[in-house]
Amino acid sequence: MILASGLTKRYPGGHEAVREISFEISAGEMVFITGHSGAGKSTLVKLIAAIERPTAGSLVVNGQNLAALRKSALPYLRRHFGLVFQDQKLLFDRSVLDNVLLPLQIVGLPRREAVRRAQAALDKVGLLAREKARPIALSGGEQQRLAIARAVVNRPTVLLADEPTGNLDAAAALEVLEIFESFHRVGVTVVVATHDSQWIERYRPHVLRLDHGRLLAA
Amino acid sequence: MRAWFAQHRAAVASALRRLWSAPLNTLLSLLAIGIALTLPAAGFVLLDNLRDVGRSASGVQQLSLFLTVEAGKKDVAEIESRLARTVRGKWRFVARDEALKRLQASEGMAEIVASLPRNPLPDAFIVEPAEAAPEELEALKKTIAAWPKVAHVQLDSAWIKRFDAFLRLGRLAVTLLAAIFAAGLVAVTFNTIRLQVLSQAAEVEVARLIGATDAFVRRPFYYFGALQGALGGLLAFALVAGGLRLLAGPVAELAALYGGRFALAGPGWSAAAGLVLAGAGLGWLGAQLSVSLSLARAEP
Ligand SMILES: Nc1ncnc2c1ncn2[C@@H]1O[C@H](COP(=O)(O)OP(=O)(O)OP(=O)(O)O)[C@@H](O)[C@H]1O
Ligand SMILES: [Mg+2]
Repeated sequence: MILASGLTKRYPGGHEAVREISFEISAGEMVFITGHSGAGKSTLVKLIAAIERPTAGSLVVNGQNLAALRKSALPYLRRHFGLVFQDQKLLFDRSVLDNVLLPLQIVGLPRREAVRRAQAALDKVGLLAREKARPIALSGGEQQRLAIARAVVNRPTVLLADEPTGNLDAAAALEVLEIFESFHRVGVTVVVATHDSQWIERYRPHVLRLDHGRLLAA
Repeated sequence: MRAWFAQHRAAVASALRRLWSAPLNTLLSLLAIGIALTLPAAGFVLLDNLRDVGRSASGVQQLSLFLTVEAGKKDVAEIESRLARTVRGKWRFVARDEALKRLQASEGMAEIVASLPRNPLPDAFIVEPAEAAPEELEALKKTIAAWPKVAHVQLDSAWIKRFDAFLRLGRLAVTLLAAIFAAGLVAVTFNTIRLQVLSQAAEVEVARLIGATDAFVRRPFYYFGALQGALGGLLAFALVAGGLRLLAGPVAELAALYGGRFALAGPGWSAAAGLVLAGAGLGWLGAQLSVSLSLARAEP
């Protein structure tokens, strides 16, 4: 499903955020990417989502080598992913429902069906009652769940989440992780980047431990 | 196909929402665009009206052919036979006595005519050629002027030619004006779209990150530009039609004073369609230029 070998990312300025790492993620796996702040977790997530391009090495997703992908093919590749960003990137000028509708508008789903699916996604994360609210009126945990609803609404094959429990208390974090677990159970590949290792015991995921851009042995 | 339709529908809806969400900005842009289109449109309508005036006034075109005072009956017969050979059309002989009588009949002239020692008027022909192209009339005038005993040939439609030239000049001027204002319209759209792109930067970024194509991101801006331009065109049409309606009464009165019947023709539906299409096309162009420049910089 996702195969990295010798993967390296050097940012302009020379900093190597990810250094020669190799791993394989199989379809349907639940994976945690852990490590200290600045270890390169977000960078690795962005590489997988084809938001950043590798400087060296190869990264094959769904049989496509991202390093060699044409720029015009990127949008279609990204549609396989459900992305939850570290800074969430919610749109505050529109309703909760409209936020979740965006990925469906992008693929051109007819309005009525799109609304039906967006509402189902909101229901799944427990936000259906707030569909008309603005994201600014939601709590931190609710905003996080909104970001998840937007990520899953298009039924992605890979769910990629960067610090989805970032500033949530333990109860809210557990709620969010339970949602990911439920997608994992129905066969979605789930990749979660988190500096918080307390959940590893509970879910026993495949762990990729990063340290200054290098992959530590599991 | 269904996806394509849904995407365009969404883009139009989003463009309308953006127009509606900043009513003051929208109104100001529409005014700028509307006025930019109004001036050349009004110019074209007025030129069309002038052309119609010219056409109706030039219905009959005449050459007046005056003989020398000493020309006799034989000379008149000679001219008549030459006319028969060269001119296709009608002509009429006005004998000098007849001309004098007519002059006497007109008000205030009787005494003046009576005081003249002899008839100062020459024999004349009024010629109405069948073909009325200004160039041919001019050539005919030259031919006739060279005939014996012809003192003077007057082309009564010389002003038509000048009027024609004037109209052509006017048309050129209005076309230049239209080009300048079209550039202005593109500039206005360019600027509003640039601001749009800035204010929608977050949406554009997120949409790209989750799989939006370039076309998806650009489409709402194109529709915005085109819609704004089309509405501006509609406004221009309303302004021109309204202005002409205000002018129609006074113009008809003026025409009546000169014994004519003339009604100002307003812009037709084809003009309305033309204005709306021109507005939409130029708006689309402005949006295209603007989006290409402002989004190229935001590329990841
Ligand atoms: N766009 C960028 N340009 C230059 N350097 C960057 C950029 N993004 C990240 N870095 C650097 O790369 C390193 C890894 O960053 P990254 O965001 O991947 O860390 P992280 O593991 O996600 O950290 P955190 O837990 O704080 O989110 C850091 O040293 C960071 O300063
Ligand atoms: Mg990070």
